[in-house]
Amino acid sequence: MSRLSQKIDLICPAGNLPALRAAVDNGADAIYIGFRDGTNARNFPGLNFSHEEARRGRDYARQNGVSIFLAMNTYPQAEQWQAAIRAINMAAEIEVDALILADPGLMNYCKKTHPGLRLHLSVQASATNRDAICFYHEKFNIQRVVLPRVLSLSQVRQVIKEVPVEVEVFGFGSLCVMVEGRCALSSYVTGESPNTAGVCSPAHAVRWKETAEGRQSYLNNVLIERYNKDEPAGYPTLCKGRFYVEDNLYHAIEEPTSLNLLELLPDLMACGVKAIKVEGRQRSKAYVSQVTRILRQALDACFSNPDDFVPNADWIAQLNMLAEGSCHTLGAYHRPWQ
Amino acid sequence: MKISVGPISYFWERQKVFDFYKDLEESAVDIVYLGETICSKRREVSLVDWLEIANQLTKAGKEVVLSTLTLIEAASELSLQGRIAKNGQYTVEANDMAAIHKLGGQQPFVIGPHINTYNSDTLELFNDMEACRWVIPVELGNETISRMQQHRPVGMETEIFAFGNLPLAFSARCYTARAHNKPKDSCDFICLDYPDGLPMFTQAKEPFLILNGIQTQSVAKQNLVTLLDDVNELGIDVIRIMPQSEGMTEIIKIFYKVLNGKMQAETALEKLDAFQLYGKCNGYWFGEEGMIWIDNSSKQKDNCCGA
Repeated sequence: MSRLSQKIDLICPAGNLPALRAAVDNGADAIYIGFRDGTNARNFPGLNFSHEEARRGRDYARQNGVSIFLAMNTYPQAEQWQAAIRAINMAAEIEVDALILADPGLMNYCKKTHPGLRLHLSVQASATNRDAICFYHEKFNIQRVVLPRVLSLSQVRQVIKEVPVEVEVFGFGSLCVMVEGRCALSSYVTGESPNTAGVCSPAHAVRWKETAEGRQSYLNNVLIERYNKDEPAGYPTLCKGRFYVEDNLYHAIEEPTSLNLLELLPDLMACGVKAIKVEGRQRSKAYVSQVTRILRQALDACFSNPDDFVPNADWIAQLNMLAEGSCHTLGAYHRPWQ
Repeated sequence: MKISVGPISYFWERQKVFDFYKDLEESAVDIVYLGETICSKRREVSLVDWLEIANQLTKAGKEVVLSTLTLIEAASELSLQGRIAKNGQYTVEANDMAAIHKLGGQQPFVIGPHINTYNSDTLELFNDMEACRWVIPVELGNETISRMQQHRPVGMETEIFAFGNLPLAFSARCYTARAHNKPKDSCDFICLDYPDGLPMFTQAKEPFLILNGIQTQSVAKQNLVTLLDDVNELGIDVIRIMPQSEGMTEIIKIFYKVLNGKMQAETALEKLDAFQLYGKCNGYWFGEEGMIWIDNSSKQKDNCCGA
């Protein structure tokens, strides 16, 4: 293991001020937030920040030496365009440390209007290779890319060698099995998707039905899952139900499970990953506190002694308790998963 | 409006691909998109083969566009895309920003459906890079399309998905291999067994999606045949029909006749029933969920996948 391994920043989510404070207090290096105006991919009722709250969050973070990133990662259509522009102008006024964007039109606006604003390329931009990342760097001067959760570890290593920008990867949280920014499954079923509305399998489309065969979850009339009496029921994210393919009933797309890269931390550090990101701006303050604290401990332990780093069994157990499906996977980073 | 045939999204044997395009030579199609856009392991047809097919179609009077891969991860995939970009003869459809990085400012290119062009500013940006046509992302409804058409750069053509299974998602994971408990790296090219993809059903036994390797499609066919007047009114230049293993020339004929006033849309709709085993949908056009069918005359909603 290289002794020159760089420190990896821990980027944590916050859906409101208490969660932001919790992330700061538990050791995040940066917090990412979204405005409450439908301009980001966690457009849920009661979530996100007003401009004033964002200012207060920024102040609290700055006082503690922590950075603030603002996620604006939907693809605004004509009727949403002005709101998106207002949000960018506000982000510049608040002086966030970075703006996380997916839409090329918005990046172009930023480059022309706020050339000093640091841009990160959102995972929703689906940049999975050297040339795509270079495109955004050359065209809009993006400084960091958040990689989609589709690359294997060796592919991540290769990308880092070949691109002139920092690389951030997802380290923990719910797992998108599809390439982010290229999935319209949710709008096909509900009319709203991450790209169009900042939501996947939105709550307003969810319906539950108690039947003789057990509890059933629906998304807009499509049966996503059927649970036996003793089975715990999960949120009906449409790619995580059991379906029939050639008479076999199974999780045809993906199991309800979370991504957890703790065991790969030494590899990620050695290959030059700049930051790992925790998914979950929609999650509670308690969740953010606990995940931030554990990942902080893990990153510090790994940084001080990468050669002997083994994830603590307690960390894994605690994170599994918080995880979707109470279990975890390395996802696409581990080739056999693919 | 012109008719195009999109790239074949399934894995077919080499001879079937050649036969398919031979049939198109005599058809009323104006534009043909060629190439593998889904999985780089599908190598029944090489770039040399594609160029030969392109040559034959050109001789038959068709405009040919070479399409590139959608999800690009490996160096070999970048390199193949580079060769396609530098073919020197045919326009290229970019399906990943990596392709636009190669083509932009160098030669006219088509913005494929998997480039997220959701607003006029993005379209303008690509126009400045010499894009000559954009394929509307499937999620966009007619109101957005209408507003984008009003601000469309001069000379930019617009193309819309008019018939076929909607391309909805891509993944690192191969779902066809997974259905056979095979790892992706030793998939035994199982996709060859499913010339129209592998249907997936809900636990209520309703058809839901089509698994096609790393791609997921709608099980219902998007069908805009009753909306062609509205499509035309928005100044859309090209309607795209997606390849399926059977009935392609008949489908093209039906659309051609409707476009030329030789068949009523209602008659066409009935005739197209034979080619939509799992139903039809058009919800996206109306800005609603893509899976529903909205009867154009009565605006009655009908759920193709209802419980």
